[in-house]
Amino acid sequence: MVNFMLNGEVVGAESDADTPLLWVLREELKLRGTKFGCGIAQCGACTVHIDGSPMRSCVTPVSAVEGRSVTTIEGLATPVGEALKTAWTEAQVPQCGYCQSGQIMQAAGLLESNPNPSDDEIVNAMNGNLCRCMAYPRIKKAIKTAANGGAMS
Amino acid sequence: MKHQQQGLSRRSFIAGVAGSSLMMSMGSLVSGCSSEQASEALTSGDLSKVFAPNIWFEINGAGEVLINIIRAEMGQHVGTSLAQIVADELGADWSKVSFKHVDTDPKWGVMVTGGSWSVHTSFTQLSQAGAAGRTVIIDTASKLMGVPAEECSAENGVVSAGDKSLTFAEIVSNGDFSRSISEEELVAMPVKSAGERKVIGRDVRNLDVAPKSEGSAVYGLDAELPDMAYAMPLLPPTRYGSTVKAIDESAAKTIPGYIGAIPINDPSQIVQGCVVVTAETLPAAMKAAKAVKVDWSAGPTANVDEAAIIAEGMRIASDPEGGTLYVNEGDIAAAKSGAASSMAATYTTATALHFTMEPQNALVEFDAEGRCHIHAGNQWQSLILPYLVQALEMPENDIIIHQYYLGGGFGRRLFGDQMIPAALAARELGRPVKLMFDRATDSRFDCVRSPSVCAFEATFDADGALTGVDHGVAAGWPTKGMAPGFLGTGIDGKGKFDGFSISGADHWYSLPSHRVRAMNNELAQSTFLPGWLRAVGPGWISWGVESFLDEIADQMGQDPVAMRMGLLDGTGKNAGGEGSTVGGAKRLAAVLKDVSERAGWGREMPANEGLGVAVGHGQERGMPTWIACVAHVAVDPSSGDVTLKKLWQTIDVGTVVNPDGAMAQAEGAALWGVSLALHEGAQFANGEVLEQNLDRYTPLRMSDVPELDIAFVDSDEFPSGLGEPPLIPVAPAIGNAIFAATGQRVRELPIKLV
Repeated sequence: MVNFMLNGEVVGAESDADTPLLWVLREELKLRGTKFGCGIAQCGACTVHIDGSPMRSCVTPVSAVEGRSVTTIEGLATPVGEALKTAWTEAQVPQCGYCQSGQIMQAAGLLESNPNPSDDEIVNAMNGNLCRCMAYPRIKKAIKTAANGGAMS
Repeated sequence: MKHQQQGLSRRSFIAGVAGSSLMMSMGSLVSGCSSEQASEALTSGDLSKVFAPNIWFEINGAGEVLINIIRAEMGQHVGTSLAQIVADELGADWSKVSFKHVDTDPKWGVMVTGGSWSVHTSFTQLSQAGAAGRTVIIDTASKLMGVPAEECSAENGVVSAGDKSLTFAEIVSNGDFSRSISEEELVAMPVKSAGERKVIGRDVRNLDVAPKSEGSAVYGLDAELPDMAYAMPLLPPTRYGSTVKAIDESAAKTIPGYIGAIPINDPSQIVQGCVVVTAETLPAAMKAAKAVKVDWSAGPTANVDEAAIIAEGMRIASDPEGGTLYVNEGDIAAAKSGAASSMAATYTTATALHFTMEPQNALVEFDAEGRCHIHAGNQWQSLILPYLVQALEMPENDIIIHQYYLGGGFGRRLFGDQMIPAALAARELGRPVKLMFDRATDSRFDCVRSPSVCAFEATFDADGALTGVDHGVAAGWPTKGMAPGFLGTGIDGKGKFDGFSISGADHWYSLPSHRVRAMNNELAQSTFLPGWLRAVGPGWISWGVESFLDEIADQMGQDPVAMRMGLLDGTGKNAGGEGSTVGGAKRLAAVLKDVSERAGWGREMPANEGLGVAVGHGQERGMPTWIACVAHVAVDPSSGDVTLKKLWQTIDVGTVVNPDGAMAQAEGAALWGVSLALHEGAQFANGEVLEQNLDRYTPLRMSDVPELDIAFVDSDEFPSGLGEPPLIPVAPAIGNAIFAATGQRVRELPIKLV
């Protein structure tokens, strides 16, 4: 049993200790907003926050989050998170949408540590998140909007 | 025609429509009314009343319009666009419109989402369905208000006549729907002129965006059923002809939850030599997939590599008499025999993967009546159903595909071949089975974009004028592998061709002589299942056509834009006709003129930088989308690194139904063009694709995005398609820009300067 905080509540996971956190979230705990893409931490679709930092849950064994705090897209209720979700809708970012939970979690991590990122800082922070529909211009725009307190730039 | 459907019980109505939670959990109602709307519905109308004038939509007693969408949602916001068409004609209140992506049923007709067809092919039908609804609503309202129907108009969910008005909610709740619309009336139903439209052309919020921005959108991979087992496929070394010799489960049997390994015997022969590993949980299935050892005897293509496929393409494409005749204008033989000079060039494209971010998956359950329920996002249900009939040896009406959001389509999900092993495994286990491909297996099972070869020869007279172009195209043909009934016959009545793999060669330039021949690369065809990848044939053919045209311009000492303008004269067969082809090549010339002006064509460029131009004309001649593109590149002379600084496109797609959605599609498709030109390339090695994950396959990332300047022509012409066409001119525009910057001609995709 691995115990950790998930979206503010204590949970105990019964999956094997080496099970990737992604599958514990999706299959055991039924939170399916976090997505599987590549399985090798190269696409970012599985991004969640561990103790506030964006991490790739597909390569993180659940044992690594014992006693730690995990936030998924479903639990992203911080002011930054809300601003991002609003900006995402405002800019009509998602196309197929499959990568967007990971994009938003990655962007939230960026804005928590750097509330007013430059274009280059956005690109550096987001480059590990693949969007196969290539909605990148709108992802960047929405991050800037959220950083701007919601005003469309 | 059924014009009235009242008396549904409140309970069934809520379960089926307003109470979206049940259907959300099944993933069927992938968009639709918010909970606020739903609770409002429960209080503000007679919900026992539902007006369903045809299969395409219904209006409930709260005035809410629920539209049935038979097209797949894979990022194009198709439900919103199609709902706009219905809502406009109906005179609906857009804020009360929702839609449902429906499961398979014969009543829907052909279910396919591809070819950039959706708006184009649905426009008239859905417009007339909406207009029919409006006619009946007005007829009913006129009786309720006691005024002649001719004096009534419907707009924004209200029917008014003078100072009288009734909402749709009031009309549906209180009206007697006695007016019926015959099939004859329906197909003759007049629709609004462009100036009368209220919802079409309006920027609306795409109804799928909110759930996709909060993690609540349900994709096929998210589907779940009680008691389901998990399965992962083990693929044989070759797509065809491999057989299982032995399966060693000894290591897997130590894994808790392991169920067993099932060799797939597919009567349809679509999935050959596959073994499905099953377990009680997904993590156990993933472990077991690594632990089960299968010994296969490999099929005959186990040693085929990319170079051999390209070499075979070169061989057949360079045979001047080979292939199926597709275009034969003028007299190419005379042009060649009378030529004072000629030039030849060969263009190639490498294997490319769909790499949908959601890997292939399917959840299959056989219900108590023996019907097969398949839960998976799919683009062409009408194509895979007959194969499922063969594979499962059961009638088509007993197989139901439940639609979900698609985590990327791009043509991959036109073929639902992953459903076959899932269904056979579910039958074997006697319980629901959820089959999931991991990433590498998904890449190996992909119906990739075939390597392609275009061989060109241009002829010139003694004055240096262009007299003809001969063009041979060789590739694997998706249609031959998956839908052979759709193969076309050569214009001389001989041979077959895949229209999807030759479109684009029949371009809109007027040439004195022009011949095109289509060749099937049988080595490609036998090694893998060629797929329809976004933009399909025009995606590789226009790479050659538009690049070679630049070579011709250079040879003739002409400016690439001026030369194209001269050839786009709109004469003869290029004058266009009806529908989307109105205006013909002149519309292509118009977008070319516009984009060249906006890009500042002809201006002085810094050293090692250049502008390149290309045009595209959509997926097929009968449905042209007119696009011109200019690329601005900078080339590092020492490293050969290409930086794409900016792309301009001017697009004439006719009427734009959903402007912001259209722009999103154009942005995404143009960037796909960049990715296929500069970033994505795979290769076959030992009979299968070598680049199976993102460590080796490298699609475009945010850092690679150029500045985009995309403009749409303001047009009232019949709408064409947009999901693919903006991809088409990008690669040749980049290649031509590289030539302008460096004098080096690139003829292979992806582009690598050495």
